[in-house]
Amino acid sequence: MTMTIKTLIKRLLLPVLCMLWAPAGIAAGGGNENLDSAYINLSDKVSLRNGAHTFVNYCLSCHEASYMRYERMADDLGIDRETLKRDMMFAADKPGELMTVNMSDEDAKAWFGVVPPDLSLTARSRGPDWIYTYLRGFYRDEGTSTGWNNTLYPNVAMPHVLYQWEGMRKANFETSPNGAKVLAGYDQLSPGTMSAQEYDSAIRDLTNFMVYLAEPAKLVRYRIGFWVMVFMLVFVGLSYLLKKEYWRDVH
Amino acid sequence: MSLINWIDDRFPLSKVWNEHMAQYYAPKNFNFWYYFGALSLVVLVLQIVTGIILTMHYKPDADLAFASVEYIMRDVPAGWFVRYLHGVGASMFFLVVYLHMFRAMLYGSHRKPRELIWLLGMVIYVALMAEAFFGYLLPWGNMSYWGAQVIISLFGAIPVIGEPLAEWIRGDFVVSDATLNRFFAFHVILLPLLLALLVYLHIVALHKVGSNNPDGVEIKKNKDKDGNPVDGVPFHPYYTVKDTFGIAVFMTVFLGIVFFVPEFGGWFLEKDNFAPADILQTPPDIVPLWYLTPYYSILRAVTFEWLPGGAKLWGVIAMGAAIVMFFFLPWLDRAKVRSIRYRGWMYKTALTIFAVTFVMLGYLGTKNPGHVDLFLFKNVIWAQIGLVLYFAFFLLMPIYTRLDPTKPEPDRVG
Repeated sequence: MTMTIKTLIKRLLLPVLCMLWAPAGIAAGGGNENLDSAYINLSDKVSLRNGAHTFVNYCLSCHEASYMRYERMADDLGIDRETLKRDMMFAADKPGELMTVNMSDEDAKAWFGVVPPDLSLTARSRGPDWIYTYLRGFYRDEGTSTGWNNTLYPNVAMPHVLYQWEGMRKANFETSPNGAKVLAGYDQLSPGTMSAQEYDSAIRDLTNFMVYLAEPAKLVRYRIGFWVMVFMLVFVGLSYLLKKEYWRDVH
Repeated sequence: MSLINWIDDRFPLSKVWNEHMAQYYAPKNFNFWYYFGALSLVVLVLQIVTGIILTMHYKPDADLAFASVEYIMRDVPAGWFVRYLHGVGASMFFLVVYLHMFRAMLYGSHRKPRELIWLLGMVIYVALMAEAFFGYLLPWGNMSYWGAQVIISLFGAIPVIGEPLAEWIRGDFVVSDATLNRFFAFHVILLPLLLALLVYLHIVALHKVGSNNPDGVEIKKNKDKDGNPVDGVPFHPYYTVKDTFGIAVFMTVFLGIVFFVPEFGGWFLEKDNFAPADILQTPPDIVPLWYLTPYYSILRAVTFEWLPGGAKLWGVIAMGAAIVMFFFLPWLDRAKVRSIRYRGWMYKTALTIFAVTFVMLGYLGTKNPGHVDLFLFKNVIWAQIGLVLYFAFFLLMPIYTRLDPTKPEPDRVG
């Protein structure tokens, strides 16, 4: 009769488990945009520090990361207080402060039409690949109020803040057989201070930092998790032996 | 032990211990499926403990709630761990409860004389859905907000009293600070108290009649000279050590998810909930978490506007009826035997189809009804097929369980 149960487990439980696992990848991927993979690496502290510098110098002028403290970032990424205060804290006096911005919502609305969103959790709500693709998708467009447009986020209110690095580009579109507007490629209008590879690498570091920013615990979570698993497996083994010992006399 | 004697003279400590643990006889042939009752209790305790810690730092205020959750995630020592335990715990709670319910359907644990245990269990299940629904609003993310908006608006489908009722539940014309505050009260006081009481009653009822087992045979029919069932073993120490092993395996899986994949690919923590509630920005697809999606699917499957009162009203009725069906299970099932081991092909087929249908409806509930995510048909068509199969399982049960060619039950457990 155990056959019946095994068949039932096979027939009923496995599909449940498959159902739980299989679409996980799809759910994580989000929409059907074509995103470039960011291939971030949270154990690369140099990359995280590099991204942090870009973030506080460029993003933090308009966007907030109001759930994050400067001090926590410095401690987690191995940035000494001297460097933190000199190179990274432009809108705060004390390291314990939150990464807020000195621009009022009224000014932001007057200048950009919208209040720039808080970036603390963007890597969790949009995903790292989205950030990586978005920041590499700006092009010149005289038809917009900022003179910039974006291939991933058409008519976005944000101008290309890092254009000095990337240079100015023009996007070429073509019409696909089903009538959709698709990107055919970019033409470089003027060179930036970085090569295309250097720019991609800088954006990858920034994306890496934003993944950290969205969940600082991620730096320790996997490491602690590994030892928890080791402990639990030992516990499973011991509890099994205990159970077996007690049940020896039951027939 | 003089202390125990002292207490026993004033409180039935040893008596309760013996009646419910050391001399409480449980069938010796429990299998894999019998872990999930104890596991539900473990998750309940875990949710209460982690919930208390979260309550110390959480702010039930529309302006502060979202930030206070991020404060827990970043500034509270091990706050992220406690929050993930609680969030993943909600999903794990439903997982073990669903498997626990399925166990009853496999081995006929809801049959006479255990109808009341089943009914109390069903009330626990409904209370748990309410608890999860109220709790889901608290992080005040955008999916929290819109999920609550959609579910509460369902009450608006009820004729005449619907809209005033929805407004009364929200305490406002839209989901707002007033709603958040009362949901917090329900989530941390009302429903936990109710759940604790119901779980207590569920166990009292169980210990009155004793556990069923995979053979569906009453162990109390065969007793030794001391009056103890020959096919039973004392709950303590036999099942306390066996359940310890089960809990260890379960916690390994649980903690594995907490540490390595706490969002579980968007199934346990949704992406849209990492953006704060925004009344002006509706998420592209508003879906509840996976444990409520089978019913959400049934709600959305009713698209027939020609029905009197409109499709939405009948969708809400179908959704309610889908849950109510479970309550009648002990009386719908007319088979001569309890366990699937001695039932015929009809019940086996019906239960298999039902389980597949339930999972399919759950999956479709997370998808856009107009898309094609399975094959051939749009999701809504599959959901309609699922709805028919779902209700057929219950409504035809008195017929197929009676016609089913069952095998005779043995006298003793195998």
